[in-house]
Amino acid sequence: MSEKEIKNLEEIFDQKIARDEKIEPKDWMPEKYRQTHIRQMSQHAHSEIVGMLPEGNWISRAPSLRRKVALLAKVQDEAGHGLYLYSATETLGVSREELYEQLHSGKAKYSSIFNYPTVTWADIGAIGWLVDGAAIINQVPLCNTSFGPYARAMVRVCKEESFHQRQGYEIMLTLSKGTKAQKEMAQDALNRWWWPSLMMFGPTDDKSTHTAQSMKWKLKRKTNDELRQQFIDQTVPQAEILGLSIPDKDLKWNEERKSYDFGEINWDEFWQVVKGHGPCNRERLQTRVNAWENGAWVRDAAMAYAEKNAERKIKKAV
Amino acid sequence: MKDNLIQYILGIADNSLILGQRLGELTGHGPAPEIDIAITNISLDLFGQVRSYFQYAAQLSDKDITEDDIAFLRTEREYVNVLLVEQPNTDFGYVITRQFLFDQFHYLLLSALQQSTDATMAAIAKKSIKEVSYHKRFSADWMKRLGDGTKESNQRVQQAVNDLWGYTNELFMLTDADKQAIAEGIGVDVTLFKKEYYENVAAILEEATLEVPTQAFFQKGGKEGVHTEHMGYLLADMQYMQRTYPGMKW
Ligand SMILES: [Fe+2]
Ligand SMILES: [Fe+2]
Ligand SMILES: [Fe+2]
Repeated sequence: MSEKEIKNLEEIFDQKIARDEKIEPKDWMPEKYRQTHIRQMSQHAHSEIVGMLPEGNWISRAPSLRRKVALLAKVQDEAGHGLYLYSATETLGVSREELYEQLHSGKAKYSSIFNYPTVTWADIGAIGWLVDGAAIINQVPLCNTSFGPYARAMVRVCKEESFHQRQGYEIMLTLSKGTKAQKEMAQDALNRWWWPSLMMFGPTDDKSTHTAQSMKWKLKRKTNDELRQQFIDQTVPQAEILGLSIPDKDLKWNEERKSYDFGEINWDEFWQVVKGHGPCNRERLQTRVNAWENGAWVRDAAMAYAEKNAERKIKKAV
Repeated sequence: MKDNLIQYILGIADNSLILGQRLGELTGHGPAPEIDIAITNISLDLFGQVRSYFQYAAQLSDKDITEDDIAFLRTEREYVNVLLVEQPNTDFGYVITRQFLFDQFHYLLLSALQQSTDATMAAIAKKSIKEVSYHKRFSADWMKRLGDGTKESNQRVQQAVNDLWGYTNELFMLTDADKQAIAEGIGVDVTLFKKEYYENVAAILEEATLEVPTQAFFQKGGKEGVHTEHMGYLLADMQYMQRTYPGMKW
């Protein structure tokens, strides 16, 4: 292709996005667009799959049958989200095997929030309320993102995430109406999950590298700081209803901005976890690798059986 | 009579409870996300059934108890599930074999239970059998894939079949509660389909190119509340919250 032709294609592509039309897998797209989408979408898929682990940690100990069923269903939803997102990523010409390999080798990232441990039952409430809550704020704009398969996957995912968020909040509500021990458990969970949840929106805008490009491609509609503020403003009143206090002494309503001011995030901790040194990075990755490696003989068997079956069918037909 | 019905319900529901618990341990650790979803689904179905049974048992009970009291607050000796379902998730071969050996039984049990003279039991059976016919297909399909897959998978699943075979006979032993429930027309006489069970199992094992074990030594005890050593740890996990925080609502 000549340079002029490429320029032409790029123009058509940019106009399409500007008109809010979807880019589909068979459409021409700049290589950078493809790579950025593979990176972001697979990272999102990995987050769903790794995200099953901290909550899965409480399935066997859930305190009632009703809670156990709800938690099983939730963790199962996350596996489903992982699958839609992997499938959507595969449309960009990368194989599932490659994506898993990138996760298992540590080359691909996943959301850092899942590198924190779930140490009490209240953590299951806090994760639903705060982590799914933050995920929704990050992801609702993606329902209108430019890449068709991603946008469509996000519509399904967001519906379920908001259900998870309500379910998590309801766990917190039950605890907050419970005994002293239960209230303390809820407060302790909020104390531990609040700051990591704020970190889910990424570095501050002045430190964020991808924002401009992502805005153009509608991978982002608001900046990290705007989304973080939206989360805080939405969540503080919810904490008040629970009678829990946000662990931030600098948090206060700013009448002028009609928003909450809040304290400094510990960015050293943020970078430590991102770079692989959070409390559970090693365990989470190792667990995924183990599941994959221990399952190799099962996947091989399924493949071998399918091949034998196909052969049997051909023989029959002949 | 009511006490006997409660005991009869436990004899059925505890199997679903303990197997559901075992399967729940696997969520997030399966050989592939698709399999993870399927296994979790079976666990969900089983817990759904457990809730129906235990809600009914709680309603029958003279004591002021809930489904959760029944599920979480008994001693090990009071759980009456068969030994098969409490066996650990040694590897995927054991998971599938345990499921297969149970599903084949469970399906026949529910087919007959639909005719129970107790309307609630019949209704639960009717609802559950749809789910269990899916479980049965899933586990039989995997037996075939593993048995007739690779040499390694064949050896692994054969090992699981050999090891778990000794727990199958207990499925067909009648407790006192069973006998009384059968006499009342509420319960199912499982001995009537024992032959059919072993024929069905053998047919699938053969299709899966697996050998049907010929050993004649069987374990029992679960139905009388005498469990394998695995059970205590399973309960320690399952009962953890209820035991640590007695009497609280969650
Ligand atoms: Fe998500
Ligand atoms: Fe999700
Ligand atoms: Fe979620």
